[in-house]
Amino acid sequence: MKPFTYEKPSSPAEAAAAAARVEGARFIAGGTNLLDLMKLQIETPSHLIDLNDVGLDKIEATDQGGLRVGALVRNTDLAADWRVRRDYGVLTRALVAGASGQIRNQATTAGNLLQRTRCPYFYDTNQPCNKRSPGSGCGAIGGFSRQHAIVGVNDACIATHPSDMAVAMRVLDANVETVRSDGSTRTITIADFHRLPGDTPHIENALEAGELITAVVLPAPAGGTHVYRKVRDRASYAFALVSVAAIVQPDGTGKVALGGVAHKPWRVEAAESQTGRGAKAVASELLADARTTHDNAFKVPLVERTLASVMAEAKAQP
Amino acid sequence: MKFDTPATTNPIDQLKVVGQPIDRIDGPLKTTGTARYAYDRHDVVGNQAYGFVVGAAIAKGRIRSMELAAAKAAPGVIAIVTAQNAGKLAKGSRNTAVLLGGPEIQHYHQAVALVVAETFEQARAAAYLVQIEYAQEKGAFDLDAVKDTATVGRSVAGGDVAESRVGDFDAAFAAAAVQLDATYTTAYESHSMMEPHASIAAWDGDRLTLWTSNQMIAWTVEDMAHTLGIDAQKIRVLSPYVGGGFGGKLFLRADIVLAALGARVAQRPVKVSLQRALMPNNTTHRAATIQRIRIGTDKDGRIGAIAHESWSGDLPGGRPEAASMPTRSIYAGANRMTANRLAVLDLPEASAMRAPGEAPGLAALEIAMDEMAEKLGMDPIEFRILNDTQVVPDYPQKPRSQDPQAMVEPKKALDPNPPFSQRQFAQCFRVGAARFGWSARSTKPGSIRDGRWLVGIGVAAALRDNLLTKSAARVRLDRRGVVTVETDMTDIGTGSYTIIAQTAAEMMGVPLDKVVVRLGDSSFPVSCGSGGQWGGNNSTAGVYAACVKLREAIGERAGLGSSELVFADGSVRAGARSVALADVARDRELVAEDLIEYGDLDKRYQQSTFGAHFVEVGVDAATCETRVRRMLAVCAAGRILNPKTARSQVIGAMTMGVGAALMEELFVDRRYGYFVNHDLASYEVPVHADIPHQEVIFLDETDPISSPMKAKGVAELGICGVAAAIANAIHNATGVRVRNYPITLDKLITQMPMTT
Repeated sequence: MKPFTYEKPSSPAEAAAAAARVEGARFIAGGTNLLDLMKLQIETPSHLIDLNDVGLDKIEATDQGGLRVGALVRNTDLAADWRVRRDYGVLTRALVAGASGQIRNQATTAGNLLQRTRCPYFYDTNQPCNKRSPGSGCGAIGGFSRQHAIVGVNDACIATHPSDMAVAMRVLDANVETVRSDGSTRTITIADFHRLPGDTPHIENALEAGELITAVVLPAPAGGTHVYRKVRDRASYAFALVSVAAIVQPDGTGKVALGGVAHKPWRVEAAESQTGRGAKAVASELLADARTTHDNAFKVPLVERTLASVMAEAKAQP
Repeated sequence: MKFDTPATTNPIDQLKVVGQPIDRIDGPLKTTGTARYAYDRHDVVGNQAYGFVVGAAIAKGRIRSMELAAAKAAPGVIAIVTAQNAGKLAKGSRNTAVLLGGPEIQHYHQAVALVVAETFEQARAAAYLVQIEYAQEKGAFDLDAVKDTATVGRSVAGGDVAESRVGDFDAAFAAAAVQLDATYTTAYESHSMMEPHASIAAWDGDRLTLWTSNQMIAWTVEDMAHTLGIDAQKIRVLSPYVGGGFGGKLFLRADIVLAALGARVAQRPVKVSLQRALMPNNTTHRAATIQRIRIGTDKDGRIGAIAHESWSGDLPGGRPEAASMPTRSIYAGANRMTANRLAVLDLPEASAMRAPGEAPGLAALEIAMDEMAEKLGMDPIEFRILNDTQVVPDYPQKPRSQDPQAMVEPKKALDPNPPFSQRQFAQCFRVGAARFGWSARSTKPGSIRDGRWLVGIGVAAALRDNLLTKSAARVRLDRRGVVTVETDMTDIGTGSYTIIAQTAAEMMGVPLDKVVVRLGDSSFPVSCGSGGQWGGNNSTAGVYAACVKLREAIGERAGLGSSELVFADGSVRAGARSVALADVARDRELVAEDLIEYGDLDKRYQQSTFGAHFVEVGVDAATCETRVRRMLAVCAAGRILNPKTARSQVIGAMTMGVGAALMEELFVDRRYGYFVNHDLASYEVPVHADIPHQEVIFLDETDPISSPMKAKGVAELGICGVAAAIANAIHNATGVRVRNYPITLDKLITQMPMTT
């Protein structure tokens, strides 16, 4: 771990301003990902801005009938909130499918969106990784790539985004609210928030330098049956091989997002018009441009089968 | 005490304390955090500095240059140890690769430097400033690719020969009415014990004290002395608590050597814990295997020909994974062949892990047996019982091995087909079948459905040998009537403290709270240590021997003559005379020391433990995820010294079997030559949610051939066969036969029809 300086501001605006002041500064909230990466010398911030005194830890109703989830709301509290459980079941289910109880107690809503990939080449500083060390190459391509992405990939990076929560946020059409270092605010749709690797896989989201997430806003409840299915080799405490977040309406229409298949939560709105034609039709639209490796080719049939199972489950529910 | 005739009635048979489900006597220390593990020994020596290990970034080649200036100048740095300043180091006799690499690099993450600093954080920060340039060389990293270059290994664990033949396998197999010829693979696996390898070293002049975490104290002293070129008498090793080993802590490892070297250079005590991310590549692992099994039977299912060949890889000078060993003794058959072949790979050092040999061997053989039963249209249990044997069908006349890595002295049988001392093989299946509800098994795979889940049950046999090795102990009686046992035996989470206390309490006729057990100290008499499920029987037999001597000394001091002495209720009695033990020792402590050593009973009889594993699984019809629903192990393993700790051992082993069957695999990057998933996030072991109801039944058994305790090892029996029982249950659930472990969903998904 590289030595760093530290401060603990008391408001979001102060925090954003502090980030602009010090080069190489990073925000820290729950620290469940950043601290681990610092210990491994993968993240080497010169300055940490601790957000735990800035507030942003409430879940409030919005005028539009939705919920504004403060950036610092812990995963456990978000999953347990009665409004979330009642109206956004897919979100609660995704949250409790992730990590462990202890980690969820510590991890925050914004931090969850910003967690970095679990690619083992990213985690080993002896190995090439365009995300950790731009221009060094991708170790996973031609290496061990069982967990890796099958859509939206290129020769620079085949890493996945590991979040479960973000997949549910994507199917819920959430919006990310931020404050920039000049004090101005903006809203970024969850669809635009995470990026595909492109030529710059180290740039993972739409945030500008020093820009701070203040809340994630859920639109008014969409109704329907909410399902989150996470497929993995062990029953708990494992990242998804594939996950499916689905909201299915009584008329059979629905919305679907996938985890474990791309550099970001994967949703193709055009595919959702196919829901009436069954899982195969939806999956083939979702994975139209899939590019697999020897190790992860199984994810293509796995997506279709998991989707079919989720649609059957949703249909079976009253 | 020489044990060379079968045990007769002795004080252990009272079973007042031995055989009872006693709570662990060290349990409160562990649950309250007061059992201090090696890295936590802040109390033992002051001024401890911290070491951080730098691992090699390549698999094979040489260090071209090392730039240490920045690290040396970093805050808090005291010293940096490398091969250049460490002095001349020998390789421990039980190590295959050296523990401090440079300039030659033998495997990925081989230690190349130790940075010593005032704090752990300073050592770590400085370690990242070490700049190393390598000249990388090509290596062999793919077992499939080098399989055909493999030769028969020089020997396997235990010093046994690596290849055996009985009769004419080829002719008998060719003539067999029903044949199976199938190839199976098992994965590279990592021990992944909770406590990493950790040591504190302190020099006092030329005397070296080491607080460490190790299964085998005497081996550690010996190999440490050899490595550093110092007198073993000047080394003291303490390892009273071990947070899991599973074979990964049998031998000297880099943490303890680097701590000693660091302390010498820094001129103050140094502590080193291997970083978790280094462990899979820096330490040892279980080798992957390719196994070809051929079985030929007559039309009624009697085996006439059986061959089991295994291929694995290791660094030059290593040994094969002895996967075909159990096939020499588990089933009858006149014509047989086994081979354990070894290819050279430049991956990290392969070694013993969680029932080496039997665990991966039975993982393959017991699928083959299930496949044969299916071909024959026989019930898998009946097929096994039909081929039961009460003598060892293939017992190579074993030469005395010169192999320093042989863990026990090899033996030469007096009979080419020695009888088993006990073999309740069929009984394990009969009892288990009734208990588990085997008769409800559908003989049509893929026919039982429970919601999303396809449900199946499977069975497999377990076999693991009982190894005899000498073990010593010292016993003291003080004026409070307290009996203190001292032996360098270790407790690696197994319950050694407790069964040793039970043995001493039974022998001396005192309650457990009058017994103190002190373990894991090289200043104590040399025990068998912990490994190969030999610890329980041998270490307690050594304590038994010492207690026999103490009883004699007590009788003599108390003036009770040579008449029959009865030790009970804290007193010794002869006829009408009774003296409290505390009074016997009132003026002076009594001390007795002895060891158990064995005659030729283990040459006249094969001593093994047996079991049957039953498993029910559910396989998600859509996603093909497998989840275990219930498990049963039936074990025949001699006298069970403590049913509670023995059960814990077995359910732990069953859990490891679930790991091997369903998820554990170190993935090799065949370009760069290393295990890629080298942390506990990416190397998956079972979590609580994976482990359902587990039940263990111990058959009533005493084995007077094994030792005065009439006990045998039991721990590793619990893993042997589990993986195959799961594989067979998956086949029963789905109709899909997977021969490559671990059985992850990607191996099922293309073969399972999609139904919702």
